[in-house]
Amino acid sequence: MLSRTADHLYWMARYTERAENLARMLDVTQRMSLLHGGQVDEAGWTAALAIAGCEPGYRKTHDKVTPGGVLRYLTFDTENAASIMRCLKAARENAHAVRGTLTSELWETINDTWIRVRESSPAIVEGNGAGEFFEWVKYRSHLSRGVTIGTMLQDEALWFTRLGTYLERGDSTARILDVKFQALLPEGSNAGDEADNAGDYYQWSTLLRSVSAFEIYRKVYRDRITPRRVAELFILRADMPRSLHHCLAEVHDLLDRVANRQSAETGRRAGLLHSTLQYGRIEDIFAGGLHPFLLDFLARAADLSERIANDFLVPKH
Amino acid sequence: MKASAYDEMYTADGAVRPHYAEFAAWLASQPAEVLARKREEADLVFHRLGITFAVYGEAEGTERLIPFDQIPRILPAAEWTQLAAGLRQRVRALNAFLGDIYHGQEILKAGHIPAMQVLQNVQYRPEMQGLDVPGGIYAHIAGVDLVRAGAGEFYVLEDNLRVPSGVSYMLEDRRMMMRLFPDLFARHKIAPVEHYPDTLLEVLRTVAPVGVSNPTVALLTPGAYNSAYFEHAFLAQQMGIELVEGQDLFVADEQVFMRTTQGPRQVDVIYRRLDDDFIDPLAFRQDSMLGVPGLLSVYRAGRITLANAIGTGVADDKSIYPYVPEMVRFYLGEKPLLNNVPTWMLRKPDDLAYTLDHLAELVVKEVHGSGGYGMLVGPAATKREIADFRERIVAAPDKYIAQPTLALSTCPIFVDSGIAPRHIDLRPFVLSGREIRIVPGGLTRVALREGSLVVNSSQGGGTKDTWVLED
Repeated sequence: MLSRTADHLYWMARYTERAENLARMLDVTQRMSLLHGGQVDEAGWTAALAIAGCEPGYRKTHDKVTPGGVLRYLTFDTENAASIMRCLKAARENAHAVRGTLTSELWETINDTWIRVRESSPAIVEGNGAGEFFEWVKYRSHLSRGVTIGTMLQDEALWFTRLGTYLERGDSTARILDVKFQALLPEGSNAGDEADNAGDYYQWSTLLRSVSAFEIYRKVYRDRITPRRVAELFILRADMPRSLHHCLAEVHDLLDRVANRQSAETGRRAGLLHSTLQYGRIEDIFAGGLHPFLLDFLARAADLSERIANDFLVPKH
Repeated sequence: MKASAYDEMYTADGAVRPHYAEFAAWLASQPAEVLARKREEADLVFHRLGITFAVYGEAEGTERLIPFDQIPRILPAAEWTQLAAGLRQRVRALNAFLGDIYHGQEILKAGHIPAMQVLQNVQYRPEMQGLDVPGGIYAHIAGVDLVRAGAGEFYVLEDNLRVPSGVSYMLEDRRMMMRLFPDLFARHKIAPVEHYPDTLLEVLRTVAPVGVSNPTVALLTPGAYNSAYFEHAFLAQQMGIELVEGQDLFVADEQVFMRTTQGPRQVDVIYRRLDDDFIDPLAFRQDSMLGVPGLLSVYRAGRITLANAIGTGVADDKSIYPYVPEMVRFYLGEKPLLNNVPTWMLRKPDDLAYTLDHLAELVVKEVHGSGGYGMLVGPAATKREIADFRERIVAAPDKYIAQPTLALSTCPIFVDSGIAPRHIDLRPFVLSGREIRIVPGGLTRVALREGSLVVNSSQGGGTKDTWVLED
């Protein structure tokens, strides 16, 4: 398959997944801020900007961090390349560039998402419509993923698409976990065995819901919510579809499938990171510090992205 | 003029022509609201499929739906058989002409065409001199624009031998009609067109460089912002070949390769939808970001086939057009089956004088223009437009030709107020490989504005499904 085609498929999937994760992250931010009883949760909204990597850009055009400001900036602001709107546009443009490779159902789904978001009014994220909008973005992402799996030939085109999905998802899960843990469990506090009160319970359960893991948690642990188990679920559970372990297991497997003459080192590094998650223990991660662990994960995921680009997507020759 | 136009469906006294009888009966039986609903359905599907056309001159990447009209343009079998014979003859002659002017130049020596008209034409590519191309075929894909005028006789308006487009609309229009009105297809015996991509692929494979037994074919597109990108993607998908951009190809060891996820892969035939000027920045326009550096050297070494060949533009140039019937006689020794439109060549002082005196009646075209840009339709132009055009002609008469304004035939279309006639043309696609293949019919384009003669999609034209009825 053409390298450029693989590149477009990979980014089509990454941007689709990114839009979904942004919606999830904003949804959890908004829900958490509801607990502040009328006070603006400035720290929470600043954290949302940080997770999206958008704080400097936001500060350039805004004086204050306000819920409305952040919501607009991260959803419909077309000047912000990381907004949901722009992600959906980028997903559509990448799909457009390789529409001949896509099944017509997949192209129609992605194109239709773009047409609809373009036609909707930015005002819907103000007031009570935000939750509904985030649901919609998630739903459209589910739809395009389902159409991808349900209609595409199981060949390289699918593997590169899936590679984009899982790299983006792992990256996103790590970021949201990192920022929320720092906010809910500042460095030096009790290493995360207890969720003390009802307020904490609400915060942790909201975080779980942001990755569709609340029911999963209940099913897996059948016990109280503790921060340590939340981290374990997010990082180490192989069977949790948005966990770092699951994402890296997929990336590792997909890299095996698409391997070429120069990609051995990339495959090895993916395998190494995969095994760190496969054989890691949450006690050891907490002992070394969750934040450094996640930073290391993000750096290694970024390294994989770069190597995949060089090996497959934009090779010199 | 309007009254005199030949209508495809109705005779002058309002009777339905025999080949439209079945359709007319069907149409009369359809409730208006059903037809309206089908129109909405067609719009919706075309939009969702993204069958769009990027328009130059508007914001970058602007896409517009090409309007599709549901009343088919129907050709009886006998009429098509004659047309097809004429098309075969014409394209054979044009390919022979191209081979000749890049080799022995017999037609110039014989004095049938002034040598400077050919050799100093900007579309003439000296790089092609003495180069043999597989099968002697230069224009593998030709889109010959036909119009019907006067009492119903056909004329060739132009021969598009560079990168003719529109075939995807022919295929999509047919698919749409079958989806909307399956009962119509049960009631008529309509020649199929669906095999076009297959036929095209076969043609492309047969013209691979000598010695290549299982050629790799790729379609080279200028990219997603090209007006015909939809078609490029569509055809590549239908043929199951790679859709490549210049950046995907590179030249090494006198071969062309694609960059793939499994490493470099050799390419043998390129169906290029990129103009000569942009195809190789080392040989032609240096500022081209779209082409492949070094492609021409591989081409000249005979290790890649380009379809169409480089330098075909000289044969479809409007200054050469008047000589095509002469080519048929010279190369084939046959009498031309298709008519040319009478043409004044404004480089000739007499023709120029006549044209300037009759601008309000004539159509004036730029010799190198295409797509309906840079032309004057006298009867439809304002005094101001005519005056402006006159200045342009006087400044460079050899850049223009003039033709009588033909009363293009009309065909009924759906309009807001019901059904009304609009002018149409026909672009059949002629494929030349080991033999000449033509899918029955072609693309019918329709000028949507009342009285307008401009059918180009870039100028607000629409399309219709084209039926060739089988006996």
